[in-house]
Amino acid sequence: MKRFLAVYASAAYLFLYLPLAVLGVFSFNDSKLAIWRGFTFNRYTRVFHDSALLEAATNSLIIAVAATVISTVIGTLAGYALWKKRLPLLTNSLYLSLLTPEIVTGISLLAFFEWIFRYLRVQLGMHTVILAHISFSLAYVVIVILARLRTFDPALEEAGLDLGATEWQVFRRITIPLLLPGILAAALLCFTVSFDDYVITSLVAGVNSETLPMVIYAMARRGVSPEVNALSVMITGVLGVFILLAGRLEQSSSRPRRHT
Amino acid sequence: MSYESPTRINSPVRIRLRAFFIAPGAAVMGLFFFVPLLIVFAYSMLTRGPYGGVMPPWTAESYSRIFDSLYGEILWRSVWIASVSTAICLLLGFPLALYIARSGRHKFLLLNLVMLPFWTSFLIRTYAWMFLLRDTGLINSALEAVHLVRQPLPLLFNSGAVILGLVYGYLPFMVLPLYASLEKLDPALLDAAEDLGASPWVALHRVVLPLSKAGIVAGCLLVFIPCLGAYLTPDLMGGGKTVMVGNLVQNQFTTARDWPFGAAAALLLMALVVLVLWALGRRGEDLV
Repeated sequence: MKRFLAVYASAAYLFLYLPLAVLGVFSFNDSKLAIWRGFTFNRYTRVFHDSALLEAATNSLIIAVAATVISTVIGTLAGYALWKKRLPLLTNSLYLSLLTPEIVTGISLLAFFEWIFRYLRVQLGMHTVILAHISFSLAYVVIVILARLRTFDPALEEAGLDLGATEWQVFRRITIPLLLPGILAAALLCFTVSFDDYVITSLVAGVNSETLPMVIYAMARRGVSPEVNALSVMITGVLGVFILLAGRLEQSSSRPRRHT
Repeated sequence: MSYESPTRINSPVRIRLRAFFIAPGAAVMGLFFFVPLLIVFAYSMLTRGPYGGVMPPWTAESYSRIFDSLYGEILWRSVWIASVSTAICLLLGFPLALYIARSGRHKFLLLNLVMLPFWTSFLIRTYAWMFLLRDTGLINSALEAVHLVRQPLPLLFNSGAVILGLVYGYLPFMVLPLYASLEKLDPALLDAAEDLGASPWVALHRVVLPLSKAGIVAGCLLVFIPCLGAYLTPDLMGGGKTVMVGNLVQNQFTTARDWPFGAAAALLLMALVVLVLWALGRRGEDLV
């Protein structure tokens, strides 16, 4: 049984990683076809000379950074308040937003923006993408913050108050510093889900707000493109590091802190 | 990320700042989650305008149209594909979760290795499979190079490919809650079963499975729900041939420009999600 499980688990990890590994290997292939012709870095250099790709990457970066900053601030505050006192309505709607199919979130935001913009005379663009990303990444932030707060000792806040600090001072000087690893983990996660999103983004994006996933989608539909392989390797690499980092920060938070 | 519902400590610190803290989050959820859903509901009850968009009169016609045979088939196919994908995820995920839960100090590493691909781009992982399965993809190229096949095998653009994509995409969601419940399982129970003469398979069937029921239910929910509402996987790996509800919704809002019908389909999808959650008697809170 034990040996069976070990063999099985190796096969499962192979299943999870092999497609990505193959993609990685073929990003160095010197041929447009899926046949190995020789090693080259051309795909990578070409990615950096493709102005459309660079523009999309810049858009993605701006959107992800803006959404991350705003979402992390709002989510941290909300998570902290929810930890102080339950608010089932808000918590449940956050979880529901997480389980709502992306396509439903996407079209409802599209309908919302189109409806509201008829009165405001604004158009779809980067701003709508950023707003959409804030709304769907908020739940991730709140969940990470709540998990971090589980190991937070409220006595530390009490001590601060006993010593004459105001509630705001306690929050600024005690809570935030101790929460920082959780906040950073939430931000990294938020950045990743924002940078990755295609479905919602493609629906609420305007003319000048094409993001990297939108370009990859268009290329993937057209056919095998070695540039997409190279691009994918770079994105997966960077986001992978972000996720590992977020996990690290989170795990440091799951260890109970003992102050004696 | 964390799958245990957080225990809230009732701190004596009663912040007056609380309302101020909660307001932005509540505003975002209200304005960008509930109001849009309400608008979608209103749209679903209106009539399609001549150039897309919506106009009066109010009618429930869009809802009755969903159950027409053509769309009923899409609905049925979505439920079927999501069910098959969930079953495969359970079969593949259970032994993996069991292995991870029993692997001592490496278990966090092994669990993170399962979760890592999940957090990196869904689109790229789908593209990776397309690279393998296409007519000009790696598998077909390799088979042709060694003259095993003359015509490329039709590996992509069918229901099988969609199921493969969904299983690949959501397997981590199955493993995570299964791991959580299997990890809590006391190994002494297995020793006891063995001492009492149970074979490993009997112990699995009579001890492990019943005790990991909560994890199985949670895992199935977490896989079934996103599979049911899948859009990207059927779109790319089904190539427009395996249409699911998500694709129907997208199509009505973009190409077909029948917003009332698209809105009704979206709300039906949403209702199915809520129904599945409710039927299993759990709130999302207990799962994630």
